[in-house]
Amino acid sequence: MDKSLEPIVKKLQEKFGATYEEFRGEAHCFVRPEQIVDALMCLRDEHQFELLSAQTAVDYHPQNAPRFHVIYQLTSLAQNLSVQLRVPVNGDQLKVPTATRVFKSANWREREISDMFGIEFEGHPDPRRILMPDDTEGHPLRKDFPLGYEEPQFSFNFDEIDLRKPYVKE
Amino acid sequence: MGVEQKLGNMGVVTTTLENVVNWSRTGAMWPMLFGLACCAIEMMAAQAAHYDMSRFGMELMRASPRQSDLMIVAGRVSKKMGPVLRRLYDQMPEPKWVLAMGDCASCGGVFNNYAIYQGVDEVVPVDVYVAGCPPRPEALIHGVLTLHEKVKGDKFKDLAADIK
Repeated sequence: MDKSLEPIVKKLQEKFGATYEEFRGEAHCFVRPEQIVDALMCLRDEHQFELLSAQTAVDYHPQNAPRFHVIYQLTSLAQNLSVQLRVPVNGDQLKVPTATRVFKSANWREREISDMFGIEFEGHPDPRRILMPDDTEGHPLRKDFPLGYEEPQFSFNFDEIDLRKPYVKE
Repeated sequence: MGVEQKLGNMGVVTTTLENVVNWSRTGAMWPMLFGLACCAIEMMAAQAAHYDMSRFGMELMRASPRQSDLMIVAGRVSKKMGPVLRRLYDQMPEPKWVLAMGDCASCGGVFNNYAIYQGVDEVVPVDVYVAGCPPRPEALIHGVLTLHEKVKGDKFKDLAADIK
């Protein structure tokens, strides 16, 4: 970990009970969902982490507690530092408070996460799907979402599959 | 074997109405611009000087579906693009044809996933499929000529059946 990150991580640990992990020299701080907004606010206002450079999620299916991690990658351009906040989300409690009040750029990213993973961001100003059509069922980036929706046709099963292909009627 | 052979050069040709209609349909089949991916590059190459599709009466790519006869779907169609494709197809005046260019438009190609239609035949009725990833301009021109053969074989009685 970068020397100048140490006081920041320490503060997160004391103030928000964050647990710290390091992966290949990158700082990961785990924060509970109810504290993420305050933690982001603290980093933005007190430690010059003014850029939310990425926000995404990971599915750890079949593990259920936590099933997902919502990830906030913060960058401080002034200090040339980067820190990652992770919010573990259980499979039966898919709710995280929205970060749009802290970072405006979280708006579309949270829409993408809720579109792809089905995690609800409470208080989001515009919680529509962003990538998939509105009538899509399921959330494609979940690990239990079926891969591809059509079997490849080979010469031995061509006719059989051809019968159930959803060809359009004129 | 028409009357012109009996009467000498009168500048007259006799044929059937069916042949004239089908010939006029194939002679100036204007395709619609519908480049969706890398196939569009090959489609442009087929139009350009080296391959010159205007030899077959197809020099004009129309940006408007209302002026076009043939829709060349060049590329993969995503689930969000499908309704747009169908809408443009519905706006084309009859008679109209669809050519699925490349593997993605024909069967989904390498994109067997949640976001891509596994063949545009799930959205619009396709007349000719051109294989290739992407097909070379010769392959596209061959597909177009195959479509011309199909159109030349059209019978009025089948058209009447379609209208009914």
